[in-house]
Amino acid sequence: MTTGPVLVVDGLTTELRRTTATILEGVTFSIAEGETVAVVGESGSGKSMLALAVMGLLPRAIRRTAGSIVLGGTDLAALSAGEVRARRGRDLAMIFQEPLSALNPVMRVGTQIVEVLTRRRGLPSHAARAEAIRLLGRVGIARPAERFRAFPHELSGGMRQRVMIAAALAAQPRLLIADEPTTALDVTVQAQILDLLRDLKRDIGLALMLITHDLGVVAELADRVVVLYAGRVAEIAPATTLFDSARHPYSRALLASRPRAHGPRSALVPIEGAVPTAGTMPAGCRFRPRCSLATVSCASPPPLHAAGPDHLVACWAVQ
Amino acid sequence: MLVAFLFRRLGGAAVVFLLVSMLAFLLVWLIPGDAVAVLLDAAASPEETARLRAALGLDRSPLAQMLAWYGGLARGQLGHSLLLNRSVAEALLERLPITLSLTALALAIAVVFGTSAGVGAALAHGGWLDQLLMGVALFGLSVPDFWLGLLFIIVFALGLGWFPTGGFVPISESLAGWARSMTLPGLALGLTQMGFIARMARSSMLDVLGQDFVRTAEAKGLSRSRIILAHALPNAMVPIVTVIGIVTGALLGGSVVIEQVFSIPGVGRLIVGAILARDFPVIQGGLLFLAGVYLLVNLIVDLLYAVIDPRVRLA
Amino acid sequence: MMEPRDLASPAPWRRLLASRPFVIGGILLVVLVLAAALAPILAPHDPLRGNFRLRLAPPGPLHWLGTDHFGRDILSRLLFGARLSLAIGAATTLASGLAGTLIGASAGYFRRLDEPLMRLMDALMAFPAILLAMAVAATLGASVGNVIIALAVATTPHTSRVVRASVLVVRELEFVEAARSIGATETRILLRHVLLNCLGPLIVRLTYVFAIAVLAEAALSYIGVGPPPPAPSFGNIIAGGRDFLVTAPWITIAPGCAIIAIVLALNLLGDGLRDVLDPRLRP
Repeated sequence: MTTGPVLVVDGLTTELRRTTATILEGVTFSIAEGETVAVVGESGSGKSMLALAVMGLLPRAIRRTAGSIVLGGTDLAALSAGEVRARRGRDLAMIFQEPLSALNPVMRVGTQIVEVLTRRRGLPSHAARAEAIRLLGRVGIARPAERFRAFPHELSGGMRQRVMIAAALAAQPRLLIADEPTTALDVTVQAQILDLLRDLKRDIGLALMLITHDLGVVAELADRVVVLYAGRVAEIAPATTLFDSARHPYSRALLASRPRAHGPRSALVPIEGAVPTAGTMPAGCRFRPRCSLATVSCASPPPLHAAGPDHLVACWAVQ
Repeated sequence: MLVAFLFRRLGGAAVVFLLVSMLAFLLVWLIPGDAVAVLLDAAASPEETARLRAALGLDRSPLAQMLAWYGGLARGQLGHSLLLNRSVAEALLERLPITLSLTALALAIAVVFGTSAGVGAALAHGGWLDQLLMGVALFGLSVPDFWLGLLFIIVFALGLGWFPTGGFVPISESLAGWARSMTLPGLALGLTQMGFIARMARSSMLDVLGQDFVRTAEAKGLSRSRIILAHALPNAMVPIVTVIGIVTGALLGGSVVIEQVFSIPGVGRLIVGAILARDFPVIQGGLLFLAGVYLLVNLIVDLLYAVIDPRVRLA
Repeated sequence: MMEPRDLASPAPWRRLLASRPFVIGGILLVVLVLAAALAPILAPHDPLRGNFRLRLAPPGPLHWLGTDHFGRDILSRLLFGARLSLAIGAATTLASGLAGTLIGASAGYFRRLDEPLMRLMDALMAFPAILLAMAVAATLGASVGNVIIALAVATTPHTSRVVRASVLVVRELEFVEAARSIGATETRILLRHVLLNCLGPLIVRLTYVFAIAVLAEAALSYIGVGPPPPAPSFGNIIAGGRDFLVTAPWITIAPGCAIIAIVLALNLLGDGLRDVLDPRLRP
């Protein structure tokens, strides 16, 4: 089902400007056209940082020191800030965890979609208005022409996230990055938003980079999974492979910490201990202090190596 | 929803205005001892004393005095000046446009330059421009406005001769003349409040620039100017608009002294003259008048606030 | 949510000493207060006795800042004027602090008093503060005491609002509930717990009140309802120079600069205090 890659991230490394402590280190993965790749990990694993790095929206205190981010054949990392800006909203779009704060509170939601259409796609304003209303309808908002004039605070949480998705789709992006898109929502609304994302994926072949700590979301939506730990890739595998036979001790711990039954989506219950923070990273394998399988060889960092078809893992204990 | 919001505010302002008028009425009661004896010198004849007592209404019971005050208010009357031999309301109304035009000019200077400086400082956060602008703003806050007026007269009127030392030319007579007569007083009055607004605007803008929706706008690939002008600035204006009411109050007070410095025949000059001559009906009327203007401006600000920030209409 | 903090702990002090505006403002203020306190020693001339042969003398070696129209030394008058201006500022600050605390704490703590007291404060705030002070000072009659009363009346409403806002926050905190359940009387709760934690915002407000009082005293004196001459204050020195803007501008300029120095010092001090003590305004 996959064709050429939309996004290839290779060796991406970032550090804190002030202390030069590394945050992401050598992160490598790709997303094919129409594919949904979930990036999972506990909070502090660097998954949101990864999303911002791909968007070119790293906070000022953090900089990229190595690696490439190739989107549709162009290395974003080699472009100027202005050129990356020109890519954002055209090739790349992003939706955030908290739709209320991510929408401008004093601007009508319609305008927040229209501005992408007029300024990024160059539509004349009347056409932009019609297209924005069509998009609102497309993301499942009833009476879209009416909602067009609403302010964010007048909408429910689920509707706000739909508006965010509509604004992201307005640019007709090749890749949509969704950072915890359902975390802030009620359980029933979560399911609706996931359904919407699945529909969009099927109907317009959207490539999706899904940042989440929720393995239930992964199970519902992801084709492949990137497990991130302390800024490094621990394991990459097709979703079904990962759920059936995860190899990295960290991935296994994550899966074990979720309830056995097919109950409601569960948040990751952290394994004993906490993710090390930038500047306090252990030498060698970063998971070593929390790992029950740790041996002497773990004192040097394990490389990503094949553990099966389309399955990569970074662990000395996995041969 | 907007109308209901406005009515609630109108009700609140009406209550405050009643209290304001009561306080203005009670001012005469602050005169220590026998008010009439204090106001007249010892040589005053009994007839003169009696006439003043009647003019101030002090020959009647406190209740009757209060009824007369509110009765007058209901008819739009504020009593008679002891010295000008005319109605207080008329004298005030005649001078009100002058004071309002001065205050409005100073407000425009303060808001436009203050907001620009504050936003500029926020965008240059931590840099030399930020430090320079905030240093100037703090300095502006620390300068007495009437003294600044005197300094302007010394430098720009007496020294360089660019502007008149004082006086007032009505707009109806000559726009250029009005502008020339109002530039120095408007600047002197506006600069202090400019510092206040600049500090306010800077912290408001910094706050807004750190919010999620600005990152969303970045993620949409919008231009820097679009993000600042269409997304950040309207949000940063919300707290600035709310302080416009306070700033207007300070400007109305400042105009009283500035009118004196520049010999501008406005409400302030009338009140100061009345204060020095202890012409109480004019002082009371003047207090009530300027407080009324202040309350009215605050109502307008509330309305403006609700227009800028749609969330307020629910509150 | 505001954390209840104990101001007696050394942490705020350490943070204050690390605050550049606080340190600069503090040093400037100490220097100015010392100059005022030592006026009898520092002043080169008698501030009240003039030399008629040296009227309106420009700044020079004998009179560093020149003389006024009575031939009085401006520098000496400034040094003594600083005493009066600072004394009026300090007294106003104290009065505004006491009255504002009493009114604000009552309104914040006793629900039934809240509405009437705050409406009254709203009404007082509707008058331009400087005009209210002028009217009160003029009505009471020109004297230093009346100027202080007038400035206190004009500044108290805002102070009471600051105190009330803090009381409202602190009142809801659990530790007040705890104290109440132990059986402390209402008054003791109010004084011990609530006020102690309102102190930060109050100190910040009062620093600005001091600055406002120094500025307002000058305006009152200029209009002619300030402290009566011949005792010098910044305001009445400026007022005395108003007829000599062409021939002797130094009479006007020098006291203005002195006011700026004091008010700038107080504003810097207030900014430093605000950053450390007032959690609501911390960026």
